[in-house]
Amino acid sequence: MFDFFRFFGKEESSSKNIAKERLKLVLIHDRANVSPKFLDIIKGDIIKVISDYLEFDVDEIDIRITKVQNGESDYSSALVANIPIKKMKKIGKNSG
Amino acid sequence: MGEVYVVTSGKGGVGKTTTTANIGAALAMEGNSVVLLDADIGLRNLDVVLGLENRIVYDLIDVVEGACRLKQALVKDKRFDGLFLLPAAQTRDKDAVSPKQMQDLCNELKEQFDYILIDCPAGIEQGFKNAVAGADKAIVVTIPEVSAVRDADRIIGLLASNDLHYPELVINRLRIDMVKRGDMMNIEDTMDILGIDLLGVVPDDENIVISTNRGEPVIATRNSLAGKAFINIAKRIQGFDVPTMDLDEDSSIVDKLKRLFGIGKK
Ligand SMILES: Nc1ncnc2c1ncn2[C@@H]1O[C@H](COP(=O)(O)OP(=O)(O)O)[C@@H](O)[C@H]1O
Ligand SMILES: [Mg+2]
Repeated sequence: MFDFFRFFGKEESSSKNIAKERLKLVLIHDRANVSPKFLDIIKGDIIKVISDYLEFDVDEIDIRITKVQNGESDYSSALVANIPIKKMKKIGKNSG
Repeated sequence: MGEVYVVTSGKGGVGKTTTTANIGAALAMEGNSVVLLDADIGLRNLDVVLGLENRIVYDLIDVVEGACRLKQALVKDKRFDGLFLLPAAQTRDKDAVSPKQMQDLCNELKEQFDYILIDCPAGIEQGFKNAVAGADKAIVVTIPEVSAVRDADRIIGLLASNDLHYPELVINRLRIDMVKRGDMMNIEDTMDILGIDLLGVVPDDENIVISTNRGEPVIATRNSLAGKAFINIAKRIQGFDVPTMDLDEDSSIVDKLKRLFGIGKK
């Protein structure tokens, strides 16, 4: 049978698509690792945003990029931030 | 005042030397004065690819160390008026030259030539640092394969940390038959991943092997697609707007096939 999708190289599992997906994933890690500043910048910005709402120890914050498995051979990348909370800040006080 | 281009890739064997030689020859053919600088110290190749290996007397290190004048080390190509080679030293260490010395050398060459093309060694160590030190612009060569594209991405990052922010991409050894089968990443896929501008696409072409056997740039081979592609790249470097060759443009082929089968836009 004539397989149209395969013929046009659009099939998901064509080897070039596998190559592309693998590359995308590996480059997320490569790029984050090449520049340690990258994670520091993200960390700084997250701190800025959440410090209005939470109290935490900056030194305890752990931010990293990891692989997560979604299916048997389906991986994606995730930015994981572990921020132990000391206390919630009271919010909404001055909002009225 | 000339412009200094460094031709890089990260991974070895993807076509830096071939690209440097052919873009250089094509630029010279169009009337520019061009010097090709082999920065692959200890593993020089540009001389044999150009067929100039028997005419070398002095090399880059001799110039840098003051053992000869720049003019004495430049090998003139007799086939392409205006094309010169500054060979790498074959028996010296990469540390024999420093980034600062390369910068000074490039500045000196810029005063005499329209284009200075630096053939960068593989890797990301001292040889890379030397090769990029004096460059104004960078060309990244890759083949559409996973390991080469990954290394190209790394190189793009390193170029940026060396103040070379907008490198342009040459996709080499594209095989249109494999692209059509979906077994090779096409132009779009590769650009999508690397996110830099495209300078040109060079098909896989056995004429490159044949012309390299002879020590001739492939641009001199009639009807060579790779030769045509390199000539187009040289034109784009000079600022001409040259469309991508029909054969190496994947999407146009897909469009043609779709049209052939009556699908998609007419
Ligand atoms: N477009 C092409 N088609 C066929 N062979 C090629 C092509 N480009 C390069 N090659 C071959 O690939 C090999 C490596 O090329 P080279 O230019 O020496 O790479 P590099 O300088 O990056 O190590 C050589 O044998 C060369 O002839
Ligand atoms: Mg080489």
